[in-house]
Amino acid sequence: MLSVVSLTKRFQGLVAVDHASLAVPAGSITGLIGPNGAGKTTLFGMISGFLTPSEGRVLFEGQDVTAEAPHLRARRGIARTFQIVQPFAGLTVAENIAVGAYLRHPKRADAVAKAREVGTRVGLGDQLDKPASDLTVAGRKRLEVARALATEPRLLLLDEVLAGLNPSEIRDILPVVRSIRDGGVTILMIEHIMQAVMTLCEEVFVLAQGRMIASGPPRQVCADLQVIEAYLGKGAAARMKAEEAVDA
Amino acid sequence: MNARDLLPLILVLSVLAALPFLGLSGSVLNFLVTTLIIALAGLGWNVLGGFGGQYSFGHAAFFGTGAYATAILQMKLGWNAWGALGAGIGLGALVGLAIGYLSFRAGLRGSYFALVTLAFAEVFRILANAADFTGGAAGLLLPLRPGLATLQFADRKLFYLLVLAFVGVALLISRWLERSRFGAHLIAVRENEEAARALGVDALAVKLRAIALSAAITGAAGGLYVQSFLYLDAGVAYGTWISVEALLAPIVGGIGTAFGPLVGALALQGLGEITKHLAGGVPGVDLVVFGACLIAVIAFAPRGLLGLRRRPRKARAVPVGA
Amino acid sequence: MYAPQILIEAALNGLMTGAVYALIALGLTLVYGVLHIINFAHGALLTVAMFAVWGAFALVHVDPYVAMIAIVPLMFGLGYGLQRFVIGPASHGNDNNVLLVTLGLSIVLENGLLALFTSDTRALDSDAALQVIELGPLLLSTPRVIGFVAALAVTGLLWLLLNRTDTGRAIRAVAREKLGARLVGIEVDHVYAVTFGLGCACLAVAACLLMPTYYVNPRSGAAFVLVAFTIVVLGGMGSIAGALVGGLIIGVVESFSGLLLGDSLGQIGIFLIFILVLLVRPAGLFGARA
Repeated sequence: MLSVVSLTKRFQGLVAVDHASLAVPAGSITGLIGPNGAGKTTLFGMISGFLTPSEGRVLFEGQDVTAEAPHLRARRGIARTFQIVQPFAGLTVAENIAVGAYLRHPKRADAVAKAREVGTRVGLGDQLDKPASDLTVAGRKRLEVARALATEPRLLLLDEVLAGLNPSEIRDILPVVRSIRDGGVTILMIEHIMQAVMTLCEEVFVLAQGRMIASGPPRQVCADLQVIEAYLGKGAAARMKAEEAVDA
Repeated sequence: MNARDLLPLILVLSVLAALPFLGLSGSVLNFLVTTLIIALAGLGWNVLGGFGGQYSFGHAAFFGTGAYATAILQMKLGWNAWGALGAGIGLGALVGLAIGYLSFRAGLRGSYFALVTLAFAEVFRILANAADFTGGAAGLLLPLRPGLATLQFADRKLFYLLVLAFVGVALLISRWLERSRFGAHLIAVRENEEAARALGVDALAVKLRAIALSAAITGAAGGLYVQSFLYLDAGVAYGTWISVEALLAPIVGGIGTAFGPLVGALALQGLGEITKHLAGGVPGVDLVVFGACLIAVIAFAPRGLLGLRRRPRKARAVPVGA
Repeated sequence: MYAPQILIEAALNGLMTGAVYALIALGLTLVYGVLHIINFAHGALLTVAMFAVWGAFALVHVDPYVAMIAIVPLMFGLGYGLQRFVIGPASHGNDNNVLLVTLGLSIVLENGLLALFTSDTRALDSDAALQVIELGPLLLSTPRVIGFVAALAVTGLLWLLLNRTDTGRAIRAVAREKLGARLVGIEVDHVYAVTFGLGCACLAVAACLLMPTYYVNPRSGAAFVLVAFTIVVLGGMGSIAGALVGGLIIGVVESFSGLLLGDSLGQIGIFLIFILVLLVRPAGLFGARA
């Protein structure tokens, strides 16, 4: 569905993403993990069209979309959420979602109906007529997902939708993500919470210092030495192996 | 839009349409005509500034273009007034589109956009003051020829109703903005341009359409102004006074609401008349009051006069970041 | 087409006017650099200062250069008070609001002066304006030479203030990182008001330098404010060196476009520069992009 071929982004000499490639098969939930500052959000920016890559290509359903503007990619069926939630403060929750729904439903009545349906699906059913600015952090995360979902995407890019939520809120939102996929939307998610990645994703890519250093099923990737090194620093993998040996 | 959305609009227009038949004096009627023209200019500003969040300090550029085109096409090319007014509206929209294209393409927003629009209006003013076909510094005097084709009426009531019809159309457009996809896109761009783009909104196109629509409405106000006073010079057409009036009315009345500009214009112009009366001919006192009103509204009533009436059902009217 | 002497005189006159422009722009750019707001009332505040100079001369016969001693602190106080008690509280920390509040302020000040003094144009009734300095074949107006030198001196003083004093350090700290400055115990609202006061003090100096050769009416400041905006945008918002160089450039451009296009069209050169710089290089010639 999505393939990213050797994407590179340089900001005035600083290489944020360095020849990174990944592929997201249709119908999957694919994870993108990596330490802070690894370039995950930059990579998302290039996939959704907010940033222009210095090198490399983005292919969506076989079409080269590398140079396409964000709103055109949204029309093709790529939707994204933002790590820092960005509700339209002056609008109600339903009106927020309707902005997304208008993409496929030009008539107000249709868009509003779609918005209410999507809002209910992500668990905002009883808050649809509240001002968006009144939502809690967890509510805003749901709103962020609902708005993107209302554009009826085929590929949904989720940027840390679980960050800042408490364990019970996370437990509540996991089934929502899974049900979105079961509804036929392919998902690529940036996530820090490994437990969520383990339970949700079929395939995980690991980005560290702008480079794609590993990929595969989550269990396998987790065991991969390089990943542990990237997260915990050099020598950590060896130390953990040693500790495991002691425990055993 | 359904009947319920239109009911308040029809009510307000009916009341305003009945006013001149209550035996008002000529000066009161003239006051109402001017107030409605300013409300119309404000309704135009509100499309871009209120719904779109792009504060222009130079709506005189559109007002003046509408006014000059309406006057010049009649005087120099012998057009009838309707055609000239229509062309004035179109040219106003075109100027809006051009200024919008240059500014929004360059990524100007906030203070920068305000300043660049102000500068454009000043350039127009200086050019109109120097050029021959605008009558230069002497200005233009539209010959008095009452008739339907010249849009000049012996009965002032008819002209009042004509202006009111334009205000009605502008109110209808504003109402439509509150209820349509384009309006939702415009508000989304105002609140958060990046998030809007991610949802498939072509932010540049939305802003360009908004400024063209905004400029067309304010251009119509300019055309009606010259039809009303039959005189025009660069300071009137492209002066800062109208840029300020056009933004004061919606901000004081209720920014980003359909009725805000109308309420604001009525309140401010009424207050201005009272002040002038009390001050007894001292110049500028009414404007001191306007300036103080602007500061007071921003400090104490960010939703304007309409926002004082009730807590809005929907927080639609709140400007960016307030 | 023009004799070289005319061109040189135009250039020098431009530079001299430009230095005073720079001083006006300096106040604007300082406020922008620290508070990150555009003070739309800058022009009207200049008018207030010019009326103060005129009043001092017309009522109590105080020479403009002497009046500086009183008018500069008065304008500083006015600026401090306006920012601390009007602009700051009324704007709720929103940039668009600041723009509108200062616009409202300019309307109040300009029309308040109109109500008090009518729209009559007033000048100092003094022959100081006619004194000239001979520089070879060139004749330069003495008050304008004084204005040029004084404007440069004040720019230097302001630079010293910002870079060599504790107040200056606090101002620069707030300009760079408001939150951090607050955390180390700097009272941000006070620093904002001091900065705004300094901006107004620059206007007071400019008014004292302008009045011997210029005139004042309630709209005088408005003519300067767009010029000052142009300079600030050209020089880069918040840059002191940029304001100085921008001011000198604009002074010369205005002088030449007045020479070539005549007075009524002469101003257009400035606006076109303003628009072009905004559209092509909003960061200005010196500023880094915000």
